[in-house]
Amino acid sequence: MNDLIRRYGVTITALMCLLVAFWLVMLVVVPNITLFEQSFRPYLPVVDVGGPKDFYSLRNYAKVFDGSIERSFFGIPYMIPVHVMTFGLTIWYSIVVTVACFALAYPLAFFMAKIANPKSLPTLLLLLFIPLWVSEVLRAFAWWIILAFKGPLNALLLAIGAIDEPVRWIVGYDGVVIGLTYAYVLFMLFPIYNAISSLDTNQIEAADDLGAPWWKIHLRVVLPYAKPGIASGCVMVFMLSAGSLLVPSILGSTTSQWFTQTIDQWFKDALDWNTASAYAFILLLLCTVFVSIALKVFNVKLSDIAK
Amino acid sequence: MHKLRMNLARLYMGLFLVFMIAPLAVMSGAAFNDNRLPSIVPWKGWTSRWFEAMINDDRMMVAFGNTLVVAVAVAVLAVIVGTASAILINSISGRVRTLLYSMMISTILIPGVVIGISTMILWTKMGNAMGTEFFLFNPGLHLSVLGQVSYIAAMVMLLVLARLQSFDAGLEEAALDLGASHAQVLRRILLPYLYPAIGAGGAVAFFQSIENYNVTQFTRGGMDTLTVYVFSMVRSGVTPAINALAFLLIMVTLVLALIYEINRRRLARVEAEREAEARRATALEEAI
Repeated sequence: MNDLIRRYGVTITALMCLLVAFWLVMLVVVPNITLFEQSFRPYLPVVDVGGPKDFYSLRNYAKVFDGSIERSFFGIPYMIPVHVMTFGLTIWYSIVVTVACFALAYPLAFFMAKIANPKSLPTLLLLLFIPLWVSEVLRAFAWWIILAFKGPLNALLLAIGAIDEPVRWIVGYDGVVIGLTYAYVLFMLFPIYNAISSLDTNQIEAADDLGAPWWKIHLRVVLPYAKPGIASGCVMVFMLSAGSLLVPSILGSTTSQWFTQTIDQWFKDALDWNTASAYAFILLLLCTVFVSIALKVFNVKLSDIAK
Repeated sequence: MHKLRMNLARLYMGLFLVFMIAPLAVMSGAAFNDNRLPSIVPWKGWTSRWFEAMINDDRMMVAFGNTLVVAVAVAVLAVIVGTASAILINSISGRVRTLLYSMMISTILIPGVVIGISTMILWTKMGNAMGTEFFLFNPGLHLSVLGQVSYIAAMVMLLVLARLQSFDAGLEEAALDLGASHAQVLRRILLPYLYPAIGAGGAVAFFQSIENYNVTQFTRGGMDTLTVYVFSMVRSGVTPAINALAFLLIMVTLVLALIYEINRRRLARVEAEREAEARRATALEEAI
């Protein structure tokens, strides 16, 4: 701090501190505290705010357990509250997306980092960056066209004889998983690619010379080394998927509901900002828990993720 | 065996590229199909009427203008805040640094939905509490800007911080010793060194802002940005006019990418020639 003042003087240092304080206090901390505080208040008409009916309670959080529906698991029927189910399915399908992204991205990241001709690499990276620059809403829309009942995918599969009649792709969570995987796979690819490209190729060759089969080289040499990159990719993809509102809204069907959509409905349709706050806080909690677990499992620090 | 694996890897690479690019191609193609629904099958002939429909869509043009204004505002604010944060983080150490740094990074991981709702609630509640009708406290795109800056600034911070790490602080010492004022040290020494990172940060912020849906959706208060407008079109009454828009945006991206690639190749060639020249010169010297 003294160093800063010596270099840039009191005025500029104070100005910089003020800017950082504005960001962290007014744009991050205070909004989240307000969200937390509002989530315990009931939704009231403006005249009643601050009146006797305005007291703290857990009622907004309890709404998660309203309205049960019957489901069955391996033939065993059970009752589950709708929002709890939405929440659970959101987590489950976000994990599916994360795993799918990893499975797609890892071989490619390895290929790009260790096998591909270094001269063609910048061109390759540029090609991969193009979809990233096209906005998410358009990428989801593109899949909406492709997966449509009378769309090109069905037409293509019918033409080559892979299927006999058109398939409904946008049913349940299928469309959402495909759309999210397409939208976020690059967030998995680049961190893993960065991690692997700093691995000394001699280590792979040494393992190869000592007779390790190719899968063992990956399991014992490449994967452990790429761990920070994998952690970073997994955290990013899971967070983006669980927090996505666009893709589930466009590629979702009547039988799929994403937790962010539930929040959106409380906020925009029911105009109940307090319950929306409670639900948003639950989502935030989930994300915090997930990141903490991921950091523990992969044994990396938060600052490593940011690379 | 090895050869086979190499070819398989190349094949996979190719398939992956097709997977990434094909949806964009399909979307662009549908812009030229004379069909009321956006699709490339069945093909009903070439038309340019969707481009006319797009230009005549006033709401889309307004949304486009709004998007640009928001994106520029976000880029400017995020660059200022992000650069200040990077300089501050770089000059402190210990517990405070860890705490501040973690806080800044964590903003990237907060779901956009949470940022949107919390920003909206804070500013409107503040307006209610003060009993003011001042525009800052009403829903609108200015709140979208604030919400977006709250996490985009962290991205700028990371980019600038990476460059700061290779900065030679001795340059500033020298300038101070030679009698430069504090403002001059900042403006003439530090900032010029950071310009590449600041430029990259500004570009990232600009594009992130255009992309943003979650924060904008909750804070916009009836105003449209392009993303919000396209979304509402896809949900209700979609026409290939959106594909025309998508095609133009993809073309802009492609042209920018092409310019970048040509420039990169030119630089690489110049570099290679220079190296070859140097090698020839040393060889000549040795021969003499």
